[in-house]
Amino acid sequence: MQIVVNGEQREVDEPLTVAQLLQTLHLRSEQVAVEINLKILDRGDFLTWNLRNGDKVEILSFIGGGSPRRAEYKG
Amino acid sequence: MSQDPLIIAGRTFRSRLWVGTGKYQNFEETRKAIEASGADVVTVAVRRVNITDNKSDNLLDYLDPKKYTILPNTAGCYTVEDALRYSRLARAAGVSDLVKLEVIGDERTLFPDTAGLIEAAKILIAEGFVVLPYTNDDPIVAKKLVDIGCPAVMPLAAPIGSGLGIRNPYNLKIIMETVNVPVIVDAGVGTASDAALAMEYGADAVLMNTAIAGAKDPLMMATAMRYAVDAGRLAYKAGRIPRKLYATASSPIEGML
Repeated sequence: MQIVVNGEQREVDEPLTVAQLLQTLHLRSEQVAVEINLKILDRGDFLTWNLRNGDKVEILSFIGGGSPRRAEYKG
Repeated sequence: MSQDPLIIAGRTFRSRLWVGTGKYQNFEETRKAIEASGADVVTVAVRRVNITDNKSDNLLDYLDPKKYTILPNTAGCYTVEDALRYSRLARAAGVSDLVKLEVIGDERTLFPDTAGLIEAAKILIAEGFVVLPYTNDDPIVAKKLVDIGCPAVMPLAAPIGSGLGIRNPYNLKIIMETVNVPVIVDAGVGTASDAALAMEYGADAVLMNTAIAGAKDPLMMATAMRYAVDAGRLAYKAGRIPRKLYATASSPIEGML
């Protein structure tokens, strides 16, 4: 199926949970926030939440700030 | 200074110097500068993770959560909607309800949009956030922010990253006398004397990023800021002498030939 992760189109195998997606990206679930189709997902749901074809996934984390740059991420 | 803690919304902070984590060369320099500053509150921004570089480090690997309170900000947000979205993402990415709320009004000055700030703060407070608002040096806005439930206010000294120092000490003093919550002077500090002055005026804490990260020697400046904030706080508590136009001799006249 096709999903969009941080603005990037990706072909991924089905089924795929959010936790599995984070694992393939080498990201630790306790360090990120995940938004799917503009809805923030509870960290407790990462293990069970199945991604669907066409999902727009945003994965965010803390970076050095406050840098006064305009936010790069626009939904 | 450990006997002089800062308490905000039931949380106790040891240091009155708060620091940002932006603009450093790398995470190691960030870690060392924060350590040198003695700060226990550090601000961070929320951004997309880099999904193309699997080996990129995470800032959180360098900040021991037992040692530091991570204070996410909404830097870069120009609308209420964006500020709300980033605040909620920050809560989801982190472990607490703390947010340093910024609703920026203008790219050139990065001055806060105070109308948007109050609107966003109201919504977030209703959602259980502890909102620390980055605001203008406007006592009326500061009072409104406290009235709606902000447990501290963070008025600017000067535009973010400008290093201009305290542009309106009188307004800051009025804010400190108007609100019954901690006042944290945020943004615009250029060097150690600016931080000391803010504390001498009666600020409860000072938050800075560029003044340290942008210095030629960030670690040395972090140390300077630590001393400046402590010195300013002690001078404030000690109580300065009044200013007088003419001299008053320090040595007695009696016993002179």
